[in-house]
Amino acid sequence: MANKVIEVHQITKHYGLIQAVDGVDLAVEAGEVFGLIGHNGAGKSTLFKMMLGLIPATSGEIRIDGAPVRGEEFRRVRRHLGYLPENVVFYDNLSGLETLAFFARLKGVDLGECAPLLERVGLTAAAKRRVKGYSKGMRQRLGFAQALLGKPKLLFLDEPTTGLDPEGIREFYRILKEMRSEGATIILTSHILSEIQERVDRLAIMKTGKIQAIGTVQSLREKMALPLRFELRLAPGAEIELRRIVDTLEGAELSEDGERVTVHCQREAKMPVLQALAALDGRISDLLIHEPSLEDVFLGYSG
Amino acid sequence: MTFAIEPKQIGIIAAKEFRERIRNRWVLAVTTVFTAFALVIAYFGSAQQGAVGFSSIEVTIASLVSLVIYLIPLIALILGFDAIVGERERGSLDLLLSMPITRLELLLGKFLGLSAALACSTVMGFGLVGLLLGFKLPPSAWYHYAGFMLSSVLLGMAFLSLAVMVSVFAADRTRASGGAIALWFFFVLVYDLILLGALVVSGGAVATDAFPYLLLLNPADVFRILNIFGLEEVRTLYGLTTVFPERLANPGLLGAVMLAWITLPLAVANWKFRQ
Repeated sequence: MANKVIEVHQITKHYGLIQAVDGVDLAVEAGEVFGLIGHNGAGKSTLFKMMLGLIPATSGEIRIDGAPVRGEEFRRVRRHLGYLPENVVFYDNLSGLETLAFFARLKGVDLGECAPLLERVGLTAAAKRRVKGYSKGMRQRLGFAQALLGKPKLLFLDEPTTGLDPEGIREFYRILKEMRSEGATIILTSHILSEIQERVDRLAIMKTGKIQAIGTVQSLREKMALPLRFELRLAPGAEIELRRIVDTLEGAELSEDGERVTVHCQREAKMPVLQALAALDGRISDLLIHEPSLEDVFLGYSG
Repeated sequence: MTFAIEPKQIGIIAAKEFRERIRNRWVLAVTTVFTAFALVIAYFGSAQQGAVGFSSIEVTIASLVSLVIYLIPLIALILGFDAIVGERERGSLDLLLSMPITRLELLLGKFLGLSAALACSTVMGFGLVGLLLGFKLPPSAWYHYAGFMLSSVLLGMAFLSLAVMVSVFAADRTRASGGAIALWFFFVLVYDLILLGALVVSGGAVATDAFPYLLLLNPADVFRILNIFGLEEVRTLYGLTTVFPERLANPGLLGAVMLAWITLPLAVANWKFRQ
């Protein structure tokens, strides 16, 4: 069995009467890219902070790399851990390079790593400028560089792409991929599903402090059994033949809207519908298949 | 759950704090303020007596003490009130705490870095004026002046410690600044008035026994006693001997009380910070 780098067992956090995190179980394996999805206030950041030992849990247990998150033993783990908090504003009067060097010293990382890291996140030109003059995106890049100090085995990234422009986002995921291929375990949060669904191995959906669903994108889709949709343009007369076949199928239904023919079908009817379409033999002029997106899954679970 | 202390981590935090105060010209500004005030006081301190120009080191120190007792606590509180709460609002506190560092190390690093900035300004600002005055003075004057500078640094550290404590307790920077100003009012303005009130109301009854100890409960008063008691010329001027027994006026004891004022608020801050 694969090595579990993050183990969260029945973790709960109350703030007075507010249940920020409520009985969460989670395990992330070494080398995985894991996404934590949820609306603002779903409890993602709170869960992150507990996993990093920044705030105590009300109850439950968390182990990171085998060590409990509160105690001297965790100091060893922290050296191999990268964290990018949500919306971090650094120190106005230090330059980007100085800021990075400060965190490198705290982590016990060779200062020679700083300049190449700034290069990697595209901040070389601004390295000597004070952070005061940085844009939101530049601060986010600096934060990311900071998280990468010392080639961490484990990366915690809280809303890592906020403030980045589309190019910055692509760049970010390119670096993430490199980190992954170097063997890092990565856990990131987002409320933008479409952005991360193709980039994570597994994900968990959080709502009001609870994990609603957990698994691969594919397994979540299957679990939800959302219907697929085929949109077709057919040669005249072909729709009558298609209707005849579709009507015999379990879990499939055909509707017409002028020239456009739509077949709604359950997941198990997908192959039979495709075979029926193949039987039309060239009388299809256009075909679109709509798979439910993770967005649909997400809305299905927590909407 | 025990935590070892790694001095290196404390040093890294302290160095960063110090560097920031140099960078934003805080040290320069406060040094300039201290130099200017000390110069003015040294040359015009006895203007009421109709004399302008430097008169005596004892009168100069006494005047400087009256100034510093207001100024240094205020500067220290302003310097330290956002030490922790500022990082929290900036979002960098979580990041710092995710590093291999304990809360105590962070707190001590902050405190020592800010102390270094304040000490630097104090020693440079008053030291510069000390050097200007120094040529014609006997060694005993040097001793008193050095004592004045050292006790000023300790006074600053005591109020810095209080400020760091406020900054751990406060929910946001606005409240922290309010708390810091309230502490200044209490220790620098109100406390002595309360003691005076108690003296008057009790018809002087508290004076003999409780009064000297009550003075030790205020770092600003400890600072005053430390500096005034050593100076023959001004001791009678202040009438201190009537309220403060000679046996308590030992610099070693007063220094220890000052150190307690530096340590205790930090200890409370650490206790709260670990919650």
